[in-house]
Amino acid sequence: MKRSITRLLMAPSVIMLLVWMIIPLSMTIYFSTIRYNLLYPGQNNFVGLMNFEFFITDPGFIPAVSNTLILLLSVLIITVVLGVMLSALIDKPFFGQGIVRVLLISPFFIMPTVNALIWKNMMMNPVYGIFAWISESLGFEPIDWLSSYPLVSIIIMVSWQWLPFAILVFVTALQSQDTEQKEAAQMDGATGLHIFRYLTIPHLARPIAVVVMIETIFLLAVFAEIFVSTGGGPGYDSTNLAYLIYNQALLQYDVGVASAGGLFAVLLANIVAFFLIRAVGKNLTV
Amino acid sequence: MTYLAITDLQKHYDSYHALRGINLSITEGEFVVFVGPSGCGKSTLLRTIAGLESSTGGSIELDGRDITEVASSKRDLAMVFQSYALYPHMTVADNLSFALRLAKVSDAEIKEKVRSVSASLQLDALLERKPKELSGGQRQRVAIGRAIVRQPKVFLFDEPLSNLDAALRVQMRLELARLHKKLGTTMIYVTHDQVEAMTLADRVVILNAGQIEQVGTPLELYRQPNSRFVAEFIGTPKMNLIAANKIVRHEDNLAIELLGQQILFPAKRLKGPLPDSVVVGIRPEHMTLVEEGGDLSGRIELVEHLGSEAYAHLQLSSDQTIIIKAPARTELKDGQEVSLKIDISEIILFNENDRVISVIPEEA
Repeated sequence: MKRSITRLLMAPSVIMLLVWMIIPLSMTIYFSTIRYNLLYPGQNNFVGLMNFEFFITDPGFIPAVSNTLILLLSVLIITVVLGVMLSALIDKPFFGQGIVRVLLISPFFIMPTVNALIWKNMMMNPVYGIFAWISESLGFEPIDWLSSYPLVSIIIMVSWQWLPFAILVFVTALQSQDTEQKEAAQMDGATGLHIFRYLTIPHLARPIAVVVMIETIFLLAVFAEIFVSTGGGPGYDSTNLAYLIYNQALLQYDVGVASAGGLFAVLLANIVAFFLIRAVGKNLTV
Repeated sequence: MTYLAITDLQKHYDSYHALRGINLSITEGEFVVFVGPSGCGKSTLLRTIAGLESSTGGSIELDGRDITEVASSKRDLAMVFQSYALYPHMTVADNLSFALRLAKVSDAEIKEKVRSVSASLQLDALLERKPKELSGGQRQRVAIGRAIVRQPKVFLFDEPLSNLDAALRVQMRLELARLHKKLGTTMIYVTHDQVEAMTLADRVVILNAGQIEQVGTPLELYRQPNSRFVAEFIGTPKMNLIAANKIVRHEDNLAIELLGQQILFPAKRLKGPLPDSVVVGIRPEHMTLVEEGGDLSGRIELVEHLGSEAYAHLQLSSDQTIIIKAPARTELKDGQEVSLKIDISEIILFNENDRVISVIPEEA
């Protein structure tokens, strides 16, 4: 009796959540098995796995998958390594610490579109960008970042956006590190580097795991930066999965293939998550 | 011979003068306890010796070497912290061997040292565990083991027992005393607990407001405090203090008027000139309740029964209460009028500056 009342009361929210999840998923699965091109309305016949075949054999597919993974891993490495180093640097009190912290955190509050525009027009522009000016004043040829190194440019933009998140998490974690432990290590003959290596890094294992997981979720779906700056090009050089799907659905009007791509992205996210959780999850149980 | 010499040590924080000229010399193998109320500077003094705080004046010399400016890692001292400060992600064995590994001691030697230390502290079965899987007492032993394994010149203990429960504290106190006997290494121990100070120390250093108030063996401090602060700090319950406003010389004795009653105090026990007024200090254990004809009389306010003994709180006058140690199975009732006898040979006199002006009687 009691149990059935509990279930009854929980039912609305559970049903709501299920509907929320299942309807889009099942519609995507449905679309991925029919012919559904906006240019040919009314010809929605069942095609089986043909959409998947189209998506996987698309010339953009291999570059998109590898770009997605390169982007993910590069940004993860940059944000975690730089994040740990910068947080350790600003952990000790110094003059102007508050301002420095705010400045380090603030890129996180800038929306991705604006972020990409700033980098595209103010930093990386080959004519009036700051990088070009630096190259010229040093006597080098200015580099056209977005067309010469499109993926690197995207990685720089996204890292700049996500580094503050890592710093935010690591600074908070460092503040909870026990000072007596560091002092004990000092008495045991440890130098600053030893303390960083044997106490601080292990102390940060859990926050690092958290940063890696959360960033993975968002980095697999980077879109705005690519859309605003390189448009996925040149060729497929900076196209990732999210952009390829967009390309299929809205540039080639093929909702069916886009849905198949979406399902493939879900699969890829699960594979990545599986390995990441295996690799990082150990640390969560320290 | 002086092993650790502290000369005119000063420590200033921004606007706070934490150590005001500490002079202390410690001989090799001594167990010295720093004791004092909160904020007296005892922990600061220990941390300055350890090198975790820099001094702003004076010098520290260890075994003939000036270590005032030496980094704490190079001082050859080991410290046991109040929170134990074990490295949380390392096993007990790794915790014990951390300093040795940093010092690049050979694996075989590390293994042997860890083995002997863990055997002597009964940690053998725990070597593979992480600190969070240990009880408070076990963590404490690991922290001590981590200090011992390095064979330092001096052990520093910063309130190591204050996180343990009462029973365990007594047990660890005993183990520490044994350890000191076995190792014979110089130990400096900070505590706010006077029982730990009295039971462990060869010499106790009482600190007050950044200065050394008195240094002496536990018994010296108990019997011959040189100020009111020390007298009140040592002894449980606290020494009773009664102001006497009239004191006259009466042949070989001083007649001191206490709350309208007169007591006689041998004049030869007074050092210095006769003051105008004195404060009389009497320890609770140096008074006995009598039927009648005592030195003082009063009404019992409250009796605290501890089992082995009882503390009676006595109201002597409207603004003067004292505590007396009474036998365990006392028949005392609240509100009862009683009379008490003072053991004159044990009382201590203070002048208006809270300095002691009496000496202890020579043993008969």
